[in-house]
Amino acid sequence: MIFYVFAAIAVVASLLVIAQRNPIYSVLLLIASFGALSGLYVLLDAPFIAVIQIIVYAGAIMVLFLFVVMLLNAPHEDVERDEYTHTHRGAPGDVAPPQLLVATLSMRLGAVLAVALVVELVWALGRGESEFGVAAVSSVSAIGHLLFTDYSFAFEVTSILILVAMVGAVVLARREAS
Amino acid sequence: MRPLLIAQIGLTLFVFIMLLNSAAVMVYVERKVAAFLQQRVGPYRVGWQGVLQPLADIVKLLFKEELRPKAADAFLFALAPIISATCAFAAFSVVPFGAETTLGGLLPEALALQVADVNVAILVVFAIASMSVYGIVLAGWSSNSKYSLLGGLRSSAQMISYELSYGLALASVLVVANSLSLTEIVNRQAGAWFGVIPRWFVFLQPVAFLIYLTAGIAETNRAPFDFPEAEQELVAGYHTEYSSMSFAMFFLAEYVNMVTVSAVATNLFLGGWHGPFLPEYLGWIWFLIKVGAILFFYVWTRWTLPRYRYDQLMAFGWKVLLPVAVINLIVTAAGVLYFEL
Repeated sequence: MIFYVFAAIAVVASLLVIAQRNPIYSVLLLIASFGALSGLYVLLDAPFIAVIQIIVYAGAIMVLFLFVVMLLNAPHEDVERDEYTHTHRGAPGDVAPPQLLVATLSMRLGAVLAVALVVELVWALGRGESEFGVAAVSSVSAIGHLLFTDYSFAFEVTSILILVAMVGAVVLARREAS
Repeated sequence: MRPLLIAQIGLTLFVFIMLLNSAAVMVYVERKVAAFLQQRVGPYRVGWQGVLQPLADIVKLLFKEELRPKAADAFLFALAPIISATCAFAAFSVVPFGAETTLGGLLPEALALQVADVNVAILVVFAIASMSVYGIVLAGWSSNSKYSLLGGLRSSAQMISYELSYGLALASVLVVANSLSLTEIVNRQAGAWFGVIPRWFVFLQPVAFLIYLTAGIAETNRAPFDFPEAEQELVAGYHTEYSSMSFAMFFLAEYVNMVTVSAVATNLFLGGWHGPFLPEYLGWIWFLIKVGAILFFYVWTRWTLPRYRYDQLMAFGWKVLLPVAVINLIVTAAGVLYFEL
């Protein structure tokens, strides 16, 4: 029962993220969706993963998102609709501006993803709850052990990837300064 | 109804009410201590020595008019203080404040003196602390005022910077205690070395303790790190436009956060409810004394040290506190491996 509450919040919030015009609300809805996901992890007997989800995604990454949105003071996204009407008024054969292409493409992509999500959800619910097996992943030491033995290669590769991203960010920031 | 369930519900209400009270007490203590440090008398007209002053403050705030700037984002403007206060109260829910008790035999089973016994309690405290930044940031943004926005931006930068050191200080204690549960960590600190020195982690992890206290001040946005407010530059920072009870909720959140930071410090470094002279079931008295001492330390620093400059604060966080915390964690891990603690 609680599962459906969290699942509904996660899906509705995620859909509203792309339906919002105000970027600040999009960020907040994404946080709500992450919160619901972490609730699902708790239901799966994985409180560690749930808390990490909150700390890393809701607590760290989304703060940066919010920070950037606030700093840039991004305007409400009324642009795409204006462009849409504008090109329709233009002569036939006009090439659509790239913003319009991106906008319509992303809208279609969003719609496809939403449909896929609903289909998958229906499918998952149809299979019954036995599929959501209670894997005992709550133990922190078990996770740590796996991470440094069976999955150590993936772990190290991820570290190098993050290091590369960090160095890249520093290089970009320095070039802009000079 | 099972007696244990009733006791649990009672305990939850008790913790909630005590946290509300602690904020009122802290307002009084803050004003009195500030007055003494500045050779004034402080509040003394309402009740004996002014002890009813917080009550008068609350009544005043209740009857004030709720104002909202015309250009503010109404929904977020109302939501921000709610987020702040909720996060402040939620964080305390995993903090234990006494040994298990049966209330003198009233209950069939022992009741843990904490609202929720989670086995990743420390991480929960950390997660909620990282969420509380949203209250301040949204308050700053939704007010649609430049002072509020600057306060909100500064606070998010500050809290992100100091959260890292805060987390690393927590991590070094975790390594020593070998557990994420606060109850477990407190119980590891029972007893004494050589019968004299209590087995508190502050003696094993003095550096982590100092880092935790410093980062704790930054996390609760208090002087000398009170940049989100910074009266002289930003009027009142993120809550410039707030009045009446929404302003009171920010204040409440600040004091409850202080209490939570102190309580967690007590559990992590000062042995929680363990102490000499008192029997186990009176351990909460030790807990209160220790929390009170740390709270007094916070008030003391606020009225003693001037505010840093903003770039100094960031430089200190990233160039001093973070490297020290990282080295401390590495040394601790090496030490634990070597001595097999």
